[in-house]
Amino acid sequence: MAKVPGLVKGLGVTLGTLFKTTVNGSNTVQYPHEKETPPVRSRGVIALHQDNCTSCMLCSRSCPDWCIYIEAHKELAPPRREGGKPRQVNLLDRFDIDYALCMYCGICVEVCPFDALFWSPEYEYSEPNISDLLHDKTKLSEWMETVPEAPELESGADKKKK
Amino acid sequence: MIALLAEVPYWGQSLLRVLGGLVAVLLPAGTIVYVFLFKMMSFMQSRLGPMEAGPYGSMQLFAEVGKWLQKEDIVPDRADARIFKMAPIIVLVSTFLLVVVVPFGPEAWFTDFETGVFYALAVSSVSVLGILIAGWSSANKYSLLGGLRAAGQLIAYELPMVLAVMGVVIQAGTMNLQKIVVAQNTGSMFGIDAIGHPYVISQFFGFIIFMIAIQAELTQAPFDMPIAESELVSGYMTEYSGFRFLIFFIGEFATAGVFAMIASVLFLGGWGVPFTWFGWTSIDDVANWMNFAGPLIMFTKMMLLVFIIMWIRFSYPRLREDQLQRFAWKVLIPVALLNIMVTSILKVVF
Repeated sequence: MAKVPGLVKGLGVTLGTLFKTTVNGSNTVQYPHEKETPPVRSRGVIALHQDNCTSCMLCSRSCPDWCIYIEAHKELAPPRREGGKPRQVNLLDRFDIDYALCMYCGICVEVCPFDALFWSPEYEYSEPNISDLLHDKTKLSEWMETVPEAPELESGADKKKK
Repeated sequence: MIALLAEVPYWGQSLLRVLGGLVAVLLPAGTIVYVFLFKMMSFMQSRLGPMEAGPYGSMQLFAEVGKWLQKEDIVPDRADARIFKMAPIIVLVSTFLLVVVVPFGPEAWFTDFETGVFYALAVSSVSVLGILIAGWSSANKYSLLGGLRAAGQLIAYELPMVLAVMGVVIQAGTMNLQKIVVAQNTGSMFGIDAIGHPYVISQFFGFIIFMIAIQAELTQAPFDMPIAESELVSGYMTEYSGFRFLIFFIGEFATAGVFAMIASVLFLGGWGVPFTWFGWTSIDDVANWMNFAGPLIMFTKMMLLVFIIMWIRFSYPRLREDQLQRFAWKVLIPVALLNIMVTSILKVVF
């Protein structure tokens, strides 16, 4: 007989929720018509800051899914100081992230030593065609606009460059 | 209504009856699916349910039916094709046979059986055959287990259902559903006839047993072991797709509606209002407009009962197979037998 109150309580919960939803509306939102803003630091899409990238391949190598494709070539840049040797710089030919493979672990963002990769909370980039989920460096750079400002650092820490 | 029907030739009468049967089965089924399955369940889970198809998603059911109709009608390679294809239709036909005896008004009925209760209970078990052969002919272990479970469950719960109805039959002194309605609406309790004598009051235990039993007969949670998706994929429906699955689906909710109608006839006074309200004393006095108001009253009572069935369905988790059987044989049937004994004794005493 001890079970009876629990059973009645269960019925009460569902009926209560029924009335609550009727009066106050549901906990869910009707997605395409109304949207919830994701938390600022959510992992929506990875943005690329091309100028910071040295094509060191660390992100590509640490990616568990091997979804980052990097191709680069070396060029000679003018020397920093007068009379110096011309500098060697890596120029990106290709920087693609295949979001059909990406599992949003964020290791690439963590591992990047030059702050070239950032998390952006944007999430609406689904495609009818799976091959369109391969974002090239132009598209990855466009995501930079949506990257939120870095949070306040502790005093004395190096400022993170964007 | 009968006078009106009498001028129509026989084929016309039959056509009207078929159309009436379709409306009486499909309209409640559609309403139940939309109001309870789509909306009430969603609201109980604090979400809105379908909202896009039509205002508040009211056209969702048509979208779903369209989707099912255009799907491929798959028959598994090793299945017994002819029987496999027949099974869902048997299940649905048993529902249509069931609605035949339900009275909707003083003259709005399909057939007026003297043994209506007996017929209804007998026909309701035809669906067991459909389910059992669906499970057997699918050539699938999940389907077979689901079919066997369904057969075991439906047979186990048919007994308490029959025994619960016995109390009503004893009290009304007739097996004619129409006369049971009249007996409830003309009756009185301790000389007070303001609300007639709905058997839900004097047969309260019978009513509870009947509701539990139809919950199990309809394989609604907490008694939905035959289609337990976490164990048996979808039980006897596993191999069905397209419009054959649709027929099973319609059958499930149409049967819910028809069983609720029978329950409202047996326990809540069916289509009638207490006859004293309008000064009627017998069925012959009942005004003609009751033939139109009756179905609406019936529909309201049916929705009330289906609400209870669905409320329990959405609130309770599934029982275990052995708990289900134990509950039927060790609790419901003894209580139902006791109910019959007490009812008969009281019937003789008063």
